[in-house]
Amino acid sequence: MQSTLWQKIYAWLDERLGLDNMYTGLLDRPEPLGNWWNTLGSASLFLFLLQGATGIFLTVYYTPSPDHAYDSIQYIMNDVAFGWLVRGIHHWGASFMVMVVFIHMLRVFITGSYKYPRELTWLIGVGLLLMTLGMGFTGYLLPWHQMAYWATTVATQIAGSVPFLGEFILKALRGGPDLSALTLQRFFAAHIWMLPAALAALIGAHLYLIIKHGESAYPDKED
Amino acid sequence: MSSKELNRRDFIKLTSAVTGGIMAAGLGIPIVGYLIDPALREDKAGKPVVVGNINDMTEIGKPYPFSFTITKVNGWERTASSYGGFIIRKSDDPKDLAVLSSRCTHLSCRVNWHEESKAFQCPCHDAKFDADGKVLDGPPPEPLGRFEFEVAEDGAITIIPVEVKEG
Repeated sequence: MQSTLWQKIYAWLDERLGLDNMYTGLLDRPEPLGNWWNTLGSASLFLFLLQGATGIFLTVYYTPSPDHAYDSIQYIMNDVAFGWLVRGIHHWGASFMVMVVFIHMLRVFITGSYKYPRELTWLIGVGLLLMTLGMGFTGYLLPWHQMAYWATTVATQIAGSVPFLGEFILKALRGGPDLSALTLQRFFAAHIWMLPAALAALIGAHLYLIIKHGESAYPDKED
Repeated sequence: MSSKELNRRDFIKLTSAVTGGIMAAGLGIPIVGYLIDPALREDKAGKPVVVGNINDMTEIGKPYPFSFTITKVNGWERTASSYGGFIIRKSDDPKDLAVLSSRCTHLSCRVNWHEESKAFQCPCHDAKFDADGKVLDGPPPEPLGRFEFEVAEDGAITIIPVEVKEG
């Protein structure tokens, strides 16, 4: 049998990495019934990766300091080549991701896909939804303009209205009694390190469970 | 598609590859421009600076150190950078001067004058230059840079803060 160089290279890699097994195991799975509503999970994953990529590129210029945050974003928007594009995608992608994740949850709820044996997939999904909202909350402060400043003032004040623990929660969120450089820095840390790391781990678990159980069939009249 | 039918599976594969490719290129190419943007900006030359007065430099052959600061806008911030050098009188003629930069031509550390060895020495890799900026020892590939200068009637020395190479 004749084989090209590329086929030989692929065969060599496949023998060692098991690429064919990976393909059949991960991607070539049976689908119950083609439906665009079933693609929202993949869409969420795509948006997570897009937000991750554009976010990483934004940190090349963004500075999380009250003295420089606003100016550095003005610089990204007005002076850096395609800065408007990178931040534009990150800005609109954020809103879009919250929407897509939420509609994904609605679809799973409506089709009853959270039932046995997929309860854990649902619970992890709840965690993913909350963390996506957390990303939106922490990212909103980073431009450090009036809207960001007062939105965070109000939101942390709401968190502070919890009985007994309120004052502690407010101080823990703000890094002190007032919004300050500490607030901006800890929101930044949460936004680029803690939440994304937790999100990535939970996405891994979510995907593992989807591959393990397969996608749920739609309920019929018997159900 | 008369001889070869394009089946559904291949059509999906093809359209996915094409749209995926367009999206990757649509983001990938601007990202390169975004990252290298600061490297494509032109470095603006600083304005001439007064660095000393010839009447304060009485000894011939002695390097008199000077320093100056240039403020540039880098990104969203003004950055002040310090530079320095040495003025050496070669003769009684107040215009017969050597104005050397203190930036070592090896890897840009700052050289200092050592009176005992009569040489500019670099603290980083032990390079030595003579009073005229020529390499005596060590790794530098070329002599110390010079500044173009003007001496006014009252003795004030003005330099253009751009290093020029020897010769």
